[in-house]
Parts: sequence; structure tokens; C-alpha cells
Amino acid sequence: MKYVIDRLIQLIPVLLGITFLSFAMMQIAGSDAITEMYADKGAVSVEIINAKRAELGLDKPFIEQYFIWLGGLVRGDMGVSYVSGKDVFDTFISKLPATILLTVLSVLLTILISIPLGIIAAVRHDRFTDYFLRFFSFVGNSMPNFFIALLLMQLLAIKLGILPVISSGTSIQSAIMPTLTLAIAMSSKYMRQVRATVLEELNKDYVVGAKARGVRNSIILWKSVIKASMLTIITLLALSIGSLLGGTAIIESIFMWDGVGKLAVDAITMRDYPMIQAYVVWMAIIYVMVNLVTDLLYHLLDPRIRLGVAE
Amino acid sequence: MSTPTIRKQKIKRTTVKTRLIIFGTLAVLLLIGSIFSSYLTPYDPYLQDLSNAKAAPSMEHLLGTDRYGRDMLSRVIIGSRTSIYSTLLLVAIITAFGTAIGVICGWFGKWIDVILMRISDMFLAFPGLVFALAVAGVLGGGLQNAIIALAAISWPKYARIARSQTLAQKETVYLRAAKLSGSSTIKIIFKHILPNIMGPILVTSMLDIGTMMMELAGLSFLGLGAKPPTAEWGSMMSDTRSLITIVPWVTLAPGIAIFISVMIFNLLGDTIRDYADPKNREVRS
Repeated sequence: MKYVIDRLIQLIPVLLGITFLSFAMMQIAGSDAITEMYADKGAVSVEIINAKRAELGLDKPFIEQYFIWLGGLVRGDMGVSYVSGKDVFDTFISKLPATILLTVLSVLLTILISIPLGIIAAVRHDRFTDYFLRFFSFVGNSMPNFFIALLLMQLLAIKLGILPVISSGTSIQSAIMPTLTLAIAMSSKYMRQVRATVLEELNKDYVVGAKARGVRNSIILWKSVIKASMLTIITLLALSIGSLLGGTAIIESIFMWDGVGKLAVDAITMRDYPMIQAYVVWMAIIYVMVNLVTDLLYHLLDPRIRLGVAE
Repeated sequence: MSTPTIRKQKIKRTTVKTRLIIFGTLAVLLLIGSIFSSYLTPYDPYLQDLSNAKAAPSMEHLLGTDRYGRDMLSRVIIGSRTSIYSTLLLVAIITAFGTAIGVICGWFGKWIDVILMRISDMFLAFPGLVFALAVAGVLGGGLQNAIIALAAISWPKYARIARSQTLAQKETVYLRAAKLSGSSTIKIIFKHILPNIMGPILVTSMLDIGTMMMELAGLSFLGLGAKPPTAEWGSMMSDTRSLITIVPWVTLAPGIAIFISVMIFNLLGDTIRDYADPKNREVRS
């Protein structure tokens, strides 16, 4: 319990840091956003620009602006989009479920692919199966995800014609290719970690002891080794969600998946600063929260830590 | 240690050496190739020929032509310069900057350490590319800004390694002796600490080249890196994306170029890591 409170207290400076950095960055950009807003309207007097500055609160001291903005953030008020004029936070929240769906599907598929393959590679280590699987994970690791996306598009949509090239809405059919892309990229990296974790467990003394006592290999593997490695495996997976959150942006815009990643890329192209800001801040907060929950669960699930036994 | 284990290690060591020679040569060839890429192109990579646009691969144009009739093979070859050298520049920047910060934190400690490490924590709190996307978005597109964006999110890792290595060095007897005998801080850092901590840092940089190349290409693919008409693999792919239904080779060729280069650098990185691994080195002494 004390640990939980400690972690929550540690969270405060991190959250302040994230929000401050996001704010400062957009502020540097934001000063010319005003000029940009009027750029296509011909010559605009300094008075109008200053009036707009005051309206947006850009004439106040930096720190004061930050706290006003932070107050807005907490209330879910992050201003309106420069492009659509709609509330930024509402737009972000409305696109979030699509990204979460994509993330959850990719993580599930990654688990289905990489955990069994990683275990097989570890059990058959330094044999043909292991080399074969490691080769594939190496190839997958060397391919940028947008390249995987285009390859899948070429193969599944154009050559075989099973799936539509561009998704329409957020149906299961249109989720297949983005999910596959993200899962292939993630699995290649993750399979290596599963293999390493299981291999490390297999080399421990108790495994040799169990073997010497004549315990069957399958029982050692399922009852001890995998059970012991699972905790590390799940933790590593949860921690990799961060790279997935950032990675969805490219994939979403390739497959026209209507989530926050595509929203952010579009906002960047349009220089829609409030939108970019909302994306950065909220993705970072989600990421920090996921990591916190992972860490707490790890401590809850690990009997050594839960019962306070030193290793 | 029993004899079979030593022999096994010796064999492993020789294979690591062979791998080092093979992948090192490949990487050097790639680098030399990209330096002289402008002499290797069969056509002018920027020459447009609209009468021969969107051509499928043929004997004249081995990889076909793009929307403007530019020869893809030439563009892929010339693109190597932008893609490879900007990646190397990026890795050099984060290595140097991260190491500098890390050594300062480790050596001076106290409040400097606390402040700089909290700042690096802030950058680490952002998920992967999200922050880089934002930085690139704020600064606007362009290769230089993409490099700054990726550097901003990648340096903390190096700072952490350099810091912990410096702290370990600080405790060694020889450094205390150097300090006692009145060596200046500058001399201690440059003559003693840096040469001793560069090993693990350089291994990390080597392992990062592949990832950085992919991320840089990713930003370019989104239009946040190199701008057309500059030939860069990521932006070439997004440029020719719509052609995938007509001439898939034109879109996929730059991707294969990225894949091969990343693979070579990853293989080299892994090999260097194995080579530097003390477990493999014991035999030598």
C-alpha cells in the first residue's frame, strides 16, 4: 500500500513535466500561429493581432498562461481547433475508441503470435526451429511498419483482392490490415524478449534439479518455467504499448483508420496547434497511466514482492 | 572451467569475428556506395520524362519509373545518401549530446544531476514517436527538423548509460589517485572517463542505427522529413504510394532499400554487441 502511495506521489512531477513540455513547445509555435491565422487575409493591423493575442490569453506571462491552460486541461477544455473550430478535447475523445480498438486488437494478436513462438524458440534453442523463428523476427525487426503496411496492401488487397485497399469506417474487415501490420512489427520484437525470458528461466538450477529427479520435460515447462516467466512476459508487453501508441499514427493514416493517430497527422499537416497539443498531452498521460498500472499489477502479482520476501 | 566449454567459446569467438568482418564490409560498402551514389546512377534521378511515366520495370528502367517518369533505380541509389547520412548524423548527435549530459550528471552529481535527470525523465515519459511527431509538427517539415525531433526523444537513453558508467568509474582507485595527484576535471573526463565508458555507449549507438533509420524514414513518409523532390527513401514511398495498384515495384523498391540497409546495420550492431560481450572475451586472456 505504501508503494502505491509512493508511486502516485512520484506521478505528480512527471505529469507536471509532460504538460509543461507540451505547453512550452506549442507556445513557441503558437506565437506565429496568430500571424499564420491572418496570413491569407492580407495585411492586418497590429491592433487586430494584439486583440486576438489578448483574446487567446497570449499576452499574459508565460507561467500564468501555463496554469490557466493546465486548469483548462483538467476540466477538459483545451480550446478549439484552428481548422474546424470544434472543441479540441471533444474531437480527441470521439476518435479515441477507434485507436484503443486498434491497439487492443494488435496486442491480442501479438500475444497469440509471439508468446507461443517465443516459447518454442526457447525450448528448441540453437536448433533449426529456433534459427528459423529468429530469422523471421530479425526480418520483421528490420522492416519499417509503413513498409509492412504497403506490402500487406499489395498482397491482400491488390494481388488476392480479399480486402478493400482503403478502409471505410471502423468495421472488423477494415481493421484486419492495420492490426496485422502493427502485430507483425510488434511480434518480431517481442518474440525475442519472450525467448530470452523463457531461456533464462530454463537455465536456472531448479530446472536441472527437476530433470535430475526425473520430472517430465513437459511438466517442468508448463508447471514451472512458463508460470515463472509469464509475469516478466506480460510486463514487457504492457511496457511496449507506448511504442504502439506512437506507431499507430503512421498506420492509421496509411489505412485511413479514423483514430487519434490520423487526427494528429492531419493536424500536423494543417498546423492545427491546439489539436496537436491535445494529442501529445493525452497520449503521454495515457502512456504514463498504463505504465503505472503495469508496475502496480507487477507488484501485486509477484508473490515475492507481495509477501515481502527478499529474493 | 572445463575444456569443452572453452572450446565452444573459442568457436563462438571465431564465428563472431567472421560475422564482424562480413557485416562490417557490407556496411562499409553501403557507406562508400552512398558517398559515390551520384556516379552510380544510370539516369539523372531528377530528370522528368512524362512520356515514360509510371512505367513497369524493364531493361532500360530496372525498377520502373515514377509519376514524373523519373528512373526509380537512380532515385533509390541517390536516396541512399540522404537516408543513410542523415541517420548517421542523428545517431552521432544523440550519442554526443547524451554522453555529455550523462558524464556531467555522473561527475558533478548534486543539484546538476537532479535537474538534468528530471529533465531526461520528462522526455522519457512521452511514448515513442508521439513526441517526435509533435516536435516535427511544431518546427514544420524538413529533414533538419525531423532529425531534431528524433534527437529530442532519443538522447535520454544515452545520458542514463553514460551517467551510470561515469558513476562506476568514479569509484575506481585509479581515478581517485588521478584526482589526488591534482589532475584537472577536464583532463580526468577526457583522458580517463570517456575512453573507459565509450565501449557500451558505442555499442548502443550501433544498435540504434537501424531503428533511427526506420523512424526517420517514417517521419519522411508522413511528410515531416525530407521534402520532395529530394530523393529520400521514406518520402519516395509516400510519394509513389498511389501507384501501388499500377506499378507496385515503384512503391516497394525504396522500402526494400530501407529494409536491406536497416538489416545490414542491425546485423553489424548485434555482432559488435556480441564481440564486446565480456562473456566472449574471457578466452582471450
